[in-house]
Amino acid sequence: MAVDTFHYDNKIVRNFGIAAMTFGIIGFLVGLIIALKLIFPDFLGFIPELSYGRLRPLHTNAVIFAFAGNAIFYGVYYSLPRLCKASMWSPILSQIHFWGWQLIILSAVLTLPFGITTSKEYAELEWPIDIAITIIWVVFGVNMIMTIMKRREKHLYVAIWFYLATFLTVAVLHIVNSFEVPATLLKSYPVYAGVQDALVQWWYGHNAVAFFLTTPFLGIMYYFIPKAANRPIFSYRLSIVHFWSLIFIYIWAGPHHLLYTALPTWAQALGTVFSLMLIAPSWGGMLNGLLTLRGAWDKVREDPVLKFLVVGVTAYGMVTFEGPMLSIANVNAIAHYSDYIIGHVHNGALLWNGGLTFAMLYYITPRIYKTKLYSVKLANIHFWFATMGALFYVIPMYWGGITQSLMWKQFTAEGFLQYPNFLETVVQIIPMYALRAFGGSLFIVGALFGVYNIAKTALSGSLIVDEEAQAPALIAETENHEEKWHRRLEGRPLKLSLIVIVTILIGGIVEYMPTALIDSNIPTIESVKPYTPLEVAGRDIYIAEGCNNCHSQMIRPFRSETERYGEYSKAGEFVYDHPHLWGSKRTGPDLHRIGNKYPDSWHLRHMYDPNSTSPGSIMPAYTWLLKKETDVKSIPSKINALRSVGVPYAEGYDAIAIRDLKAQADEISTGLRENGFGEVEGIQITSEKQIIALIAYLQRLGVDISGNNNPFEGLPSDSRMGANVKEN
Amino acid sequence: MGVIVLLIAFSLLVALTFLGAFFWAVKSGQFDDPQTPSMRMLFDDEPVSKNNKTLTNKTD
Repeated sequence: MAVDTFHYDNKIVRNFGIAAMTFGIIGFLVGLIIALKLIFPDFLGFIPELSYGRLRPLHTNAVIFAFAGNAIFYGVYYSLPRLCKASMWSPILSQIHFWGWQLIILSAVLTLPFGITTSKEYAELEWPIDIAITIIWVVFGVNMIMTIMKRREKHLYVAIWFYLATFLTVAVLHIVNSFEVPATLLKSYPVYAGVQDALVQWWYGHNAVAFFLTTPFLGIMYYFIPKAANRPIFSYRLSIVHFWSLIFIYIWAGPHHLLYTALPTWAQALGTVFSLMLIAPSWGGMLNGLLTLRGAWDKVREDPVLKFLVVGVTAYGMVTFEGPMLSIANVNAIAHYSDYIIGHVHNGALLWNGGLTFAMLYYITPRIYKTKLYSVKLANIHFWFATMGALFYVIPMYWGGITQSLMWKQFTAEGFLQYPNFLETVVQIIPMYALRAFGGSLFIVGALFGVYNIAKTALSGSLIVDEEAQAPALIAETENHEEKWHRRLEGRPLKLSLIVIVTILIGGIVEYMPTALIDSNIPTIESVKPYTPLEVAGRDIYIAEGCNNCHSQMIRPFRSETERYGEYSKAGEFVYDHPHLWGSKRTGPDLHRIGNKYPDSWHLRHMYDPNSTSPGSIMPAYTWLLKKETDVKSIPSKINALRSVGVPYAEGYDAIAIRDLKAQADEISTGLRENGFGEVEGIQITSEKQIIALIAYLQRLGVDISGNNNPFEGLPSDSRMGANVKEN
Repeated sequence: MGVIVLLIAFSLLVALTFLGAFFWAVKSGQFDDPQTPSMRMLFDDEPVSKNNKTLTNKTD
C-alpha cells in the first residue's frame, strides 16, 4: 500500500496560541477594569472611551471572539490535521484566516470604545465588520471542509463532527442576526424591530453560547482528554449519541432568555422544555469525559493538563445543570436581570473555556517545540489560582444576585415595596462586587503565570514548523468501479449540505427577509409613534454610550416591577425600536417608563454628576455629554435607513428632519435655561449638545401608551408629517 | 411575531442539514464500528524514514 508523507503546519497552531493568550490577558484585564468601576465609579476618571458602557462590550467580545475564538482555532488547527491524517488543505487560507481574524479583533478595539456599536449583545460590531466576519468564517470553513475531504482516515472522529457543527451553525446564526441596513459607514439599523429584534438576538445569543463556546470545546474535550490520559474515550458510542442529540436540541432553547416578555407563551414553553431536555446530552458528554479517566486518576494528580481538563469539564457539568434550571419560569423570575447570570456565565467562561484553553496550551506547546514543560509546579500554581479565582468570582455573584433580586421583590406587610429606592439594593451588594474583583484578579495572576510558563517552555525548545507524518492514502472512492455511482451519491450530501446550503441560505434570506419582516411590523398600539429626529439622535447616543449594558427597557408583568417602574411593557410599544434595547442586566433600574418621570433638569444634573441626584450611585458621570455636540449631519441618512426598515417617515422627510431636530432641541434648551440650567459649572447647555438629544429620548420612553401623544406636534413639519405618521 | 416563523424555518434548516449529515454518516458506515476509532486517534503514526529530523508528537 502506498504510504504518503505529509506535514502538519505547527506554525499556524503556534500563532493562534499566542493570539489566544495575548487577547485572553487583555480581555481579562478589561473585565477587571469594569469590575473595579462598579466598586469605584470614578476609577480611571470619567473618560468617554473608558466608561463602563463602552468597555463592557469590549470585554465580552474580547473574551468570546478573541480569547475563546483563537483558542478554538488553536485546537482545530492542531487536532483536525492529525485526526484526518492530512495537512490543512490550504496554507494560504490558514494565513488569511489567522490574520483576518486578528484584524477583526483589532477593528473591535478601534470601534467599541469609541461608541461605534449595534448594541446587540455579542453582536455589537458594526456592519462592515460583520461582513468581514462572514468572509473570514467562510475561509475557515472551506479550509476545514476541504481538509476533511482530502483526509487519509475514512472515519470522522467525533471531534470533527463538533467542529463541523460549529462552523455551519455559527455561519447561519451570524448571517440571520446581522441583517441590518447601513445608515452611514459605521452605523446601521437592524431590519428587525422590538420584539422581533429581541427574538432574533436571543436566538443568536443563546446559540452563540451553544455553538461558539460549547460545541467546539466539546470537540476539543473529545480530542485532548483521551490524548492527555492516553486512553480511549469512555464510550465512543455515547459520544456519537451525545453529539447528535446535543445539536438537535440546542437550537430550540433560545426563548428561555425571554421568559415573561411579549413572546407567545407557547414559544416560551417550547424554550423551557428543550432547555430542560438539554441536561441529558450535556451530562452525557460531561460524564463521558470524566469517566475516560477511570483508572487514571493518579495521572490527574500529577498532570496539569488533566487537572485543567477535569475542572473544566466539571464546570461544564455545573453550568449545564444551572442552564436548564434557570430556564424554569419561576427560577428565571428571580435570576433574570440579576448578577446571578453573570456568575453563571463566568463559571463556564473561566473554567470550561478558560480551563480547556490552558489545558491545550500546556499540552500542545511542549509537543510542537519538542521539549518539556518549563515548570509543572508553576502550572499547578496556575491551576489553583484559576480555580480559586473562579470560585471567588462565581460565589459572590450568585450570592449578590439572589440578594438583590429578592430585595427588588420584597413587599412590606402593608403592601409597599420594602426597598423602593433601587440604589439601596445596589449598595447592598457592593461588597460582593469587591469579592468578585478579587476573584477575577486571582484568575488573571494565574493566567500570567501560565503565559510565563508557556513562553519559557517555547524558548527552551525550537518549533517544529513542518511536522512530518505518514499515512497510507485513502483508497479513492471512484476507484471502486462496482459501486462507483452510488458511492459518489453517498459522498455528496456532505459537500452539498455543508457548503452549498450555506450559500443558498444567504440568497434566500436576502430575498425573503425584508418583505416578511417589515410587513409584520404593523403597530398594534394606535398611539405609539416613531421617534422624532432629535429622539433618534438621542437614542443613538444611548446606544453609543452602552446604557443598555446596565439598564433594561422591559418591565415584566410582576407586581414588584409594576409598583417600582410602572405599567408593564407591551409588545406593541417597541415596533419602531431598531434595535430593541431591552437589555439583560439591571445594574441600574429599568428605564422603560422613565419618560416624564423627572424634569429635564433632573436628567441634566444626573448625567453630569449622578451623585447630585442619587447619593451613593455607582453610575459614572457623563460630563462629556454636556460638552460634545450631537451629530446632526447624518440625520437625513438615518431617517432614510429607518424608513427602509419600516419606520413610517414620510417620503422627503429626511430633507426637513434637521429643522425638526433643531426646533425640538431649542425648546428643551430654552426650558432648561428658564429653570436656571442655562449653564452647569461654566459649561453652556446649548441646544447642540448631546445631553439635549439624550434628554429628548429619555423623556419619550414609555409615554406613548398613555394616550394622545403626538411627538411631532409643534415641530415645523407637524402639518406635513402628522397625517403620514399617525395613520401607520 | 412573524420572525418566529423565520427563526423556526432557519432552525429547521440547520436541523435538516444535520439530519442529512446524520443519514450520510450512518449510510457510509461512519458509525459501524463504535470501538476502534476511539483507540486509533491515540496513535500518531511516526514517519518510517530513518533520517528524518522531526518527530511526531508522542503520547507518553
